[in-house]
Amino acid sequence: MKTSKTNLILFLLIIVIVLVPLIFMGDSEFGGADGEAEGVILDINPDYEPWAEPILEPPSGEIESLLFSVQVAIGAGTIGYILGMFREKKKVVDNR
Amino acid sequence: MKNIKYLGLSVFLLLLSTPSISHGMHIMEGFLPAKWAIFWAVLALPFLILGLKNINKLFKEDVNAKVLLGLAGGFVFVLSALKIPSVTGSCSHPTGVGLGAILFGPTVMTVIGTIVLLFQALLLAHGGLTTLGANIFSMGIVGPIISYGIFKGLKKTNMNRTYVTFLAAALGNLATYCITATQLAIAFPDPASGLVGSLMKFLTVFAVTQIPLAIVEGLLTAIVYNLLIEYKEKGVISIENI
Repeated sequence: MKTSKTNLILFLLIIVIVLVPLIFMGDSEFGGADGEAEGVILDINPDYEPWAEPILEPPSGEIESLLFSVQVAIGAGTIGYILGMFREKKKVVDNR
Repeated sequence: MKNIKYLGLSVFLLLLSTPSISHGMHIMEGFLPAKWAIFWAVLALPFLILGLKNINKLFKEDVNAKVLLGLAGGFVFVLSALKIPSVTGSCSHPTGVGLGAILFGPTVMTVIGTIVLLFQALLLAHGGLTTLGANIFSMGIVGPIISYGIFKGLKKTNMNRTYVTFLAAALGNLATYCITATQLAIAFPDPASGLVGSLMKFLTVFAVTQIPLAIVEGLLTAIVYNLLIEYKEKGVISIENI
């Protein structure tokens, strides 16, 4: 099978996997799994006190999402640049 | 066809990169007792040093290496910020270290994993400095070793390479979160049911949530792998290991 076709199918699969919980479990909170782990820890050992605090806590959910977006932007930018570079190189190779 | 693919990729990434207000999946700051925090940090250190050495060597030997390492690093940056809903009704995120482990071996990904974990610990209150060693050990050491081992082992068989890549990345991801659960269980054994009972509880939180995400990570890694193979066959890049 052609690479592009295989990859398209793989993409569709990913979208399905991501959408399924959202559609079928719409009333869940979708909080972070580590928050739940925190709950389990306090369940097992109610006296446990975290002995360190994060140095810098994002002041709001918006700022947190900004920082996460920055992280994605850095990564996605790098990937896009490099894949684009490969693509242009391929054109050169093809025309030789 | 190609254009549509890239457009699809960007839209998809944009959709997923809109994070919800939640924390991440690493062990939170201050949530490992000091002795365990130190234990995991000490255990992680040699891998980190070895990784730095290997990166150094890589840069000297191979012209492609910098570019490919950038790709693998970018992949980790994107994937570890994508919080994806799971069937358990909570969110978790992939790690993205499988791709780099397949390309460069596990210790190189220890370094990249550390960079990402530091970014998230310092700026995002996600994970933490006291738990950095433990988180490096799960995401930057065990995960990549499993991915690398599976890929190396199954590469020799005539199994479809895309499928092998999928398995390597997905199981590496799952391994990371099993280790996280184990680390927490060792530090917090259940007073009634002991280590095993506690491990079960943490595995339910982390590993079960992680199963669909491991599949997503496997698929995404397979997609990039397919692209790399195509470019390799066309002579655009030279990659020995895959």
